Amino acid sequence: MKVVSARTIDQALAALAGATSASRILAGGTDLVVEMESGRTRPDFVLDVGRVRELRWIRETEAGVEIGAGTTCTDIVGSSELARHADLVVESAREVGAVQIQNRATIGGNLGTASPAADLVPVLFVLGARVRLCSHAGSRELAIEDFVTGYRTTARRHDELIESIALPRRPVGERRAFRKVGTRRAQSISKVVVALALGPRGSGARIAAGSVAECTVRLRALEAAVAAGIEPGTIASAVRLALQHDVRPRDDVRSTALYRRAVLERLLTRLITDLLSD
Amino acid sequence: MKSIFDEGDPIELWVRVNGVARTISVPPLRRLLDVLRDDLGLCGSKEGCGEGECGACTVLVDGEAVLACLAPACQVDGTDVVTVEGAGFERVQAAFLDHGGAQCGICTPGMIVMTRAWIDACRRDGTEPTEDGARIALAGNLCRCTGYGAIVAAALAAAREDAR
Repeated sequence: MKVVSARTIDQALAALAGATSASRILAGGTDLVVEMESGRTRPDFVLDVGRVRELRWIRETEAGVEIGAGTTCTDIVGSSELARHADLVVESAREVGAVQIQNRATIGGNLGTASPAADLVPVLFVLGARVRLCSHAGSRELAIEDFVTGYRTTARRHDELIESIALPRRPVGERRAFRKVGTRRAQSISKVVVALALGPRGSGARIAAGSVAECTVRLRALEAAVAAGIEPGTIASAVRLALQHDVRPRDDVRSTALYRRAVLERLLTRLITDLLSD
Repeated sequence: MKSIFDEGDPIELWVRVNGVARTISVPPLRRLLDVLRDDLGLCGSKEGCGEGECGACTVLVDGEAVLACLAPACQVDGTDVVTVEGAGFERVQAAFLDHGGAQCGICTPGMIVMTRAWIDACRRDGTEPTEDGARIALAGNLCRCTGYGAIVAAALAAAREDAR
């Protein structure tokens, strides 16, 4: 196994030029080191970008706010820019593991790993995030939904590095919510995680969920139902019906399909009810 | 058995541990926990789970609480590492003794380091140390003996004494 520690983006991209499917990028190490320790991942090349300062920043732009891929959850929790423009990202970062994990785990890592249980990803889905990738050959930008392609897979080419994530300005009147359910309040991997962004009276509803499919998913049938307008008394049944189309939760080590569906239904019913009422 | 973390060309790791500058040649992904325990003989930091779940290996890297089982050597090059053997834990240790905040002792070093990180954060941010705050700060440190009551009481007592 070869290991390269980059200190600049240029060094990282040069090292990635010959990367293959057996290459891994190491940021905070909170996922990759665990995967390597267990033997589930045996890379032949590891590029360490954990100390690339150029990847660690948050800034306001004309269009909204941008986050460098190497920004840690602790950085996010303490960011006044994000509190202003993307409070949901702050809320979800606070739910990633405990303090020790938040100090190391990065937004780029959460996204690049693309675990179905990723805490930040459903939020990035509903906020309409765009992912900037760069390589020695140039850079490109993808909508987050085109970036996440399946179970722990993304559209990132082996020679590419996630550089930053851009979030648009918060639309006037948009209401948002995030909720994670795990085995305990902190330091757990989610059993169900949901994020919602609803315009006035549910217009333009965007709803995403994690841990209920192969990867983070938008709940399109539910979004359509909410955007079309739901009577307050019928939210629970509308949610149940829409979820029949939207998700097929599975049994795994962390929970059962039955539990996940029940929790997802109740969470969404409660959150949609809250967001639609004043 | 050779671990995957022992592969790769060794690096010259420069690290200040508990105030003492050290330079050692180590494989780049060698876990900080192994560097501390095996290479430097500092066995205070414990390996509970080895997969970032239990917090027993918590140390401070440049003042931040980090799990030494997940931190590769190449990422701590040039940093200041403080373990439970370091200076500045006396008050927290005394509080754990006073409140019976330790039983088998495996989680204790991590609890003590994390308590200090929490107290430092309270002081830096100007937040009042509360029981809720202590429980959130220590959420990543698992204890299978005490039921946490005595640990939280010890952490809170140390924090309040610090704030006085």
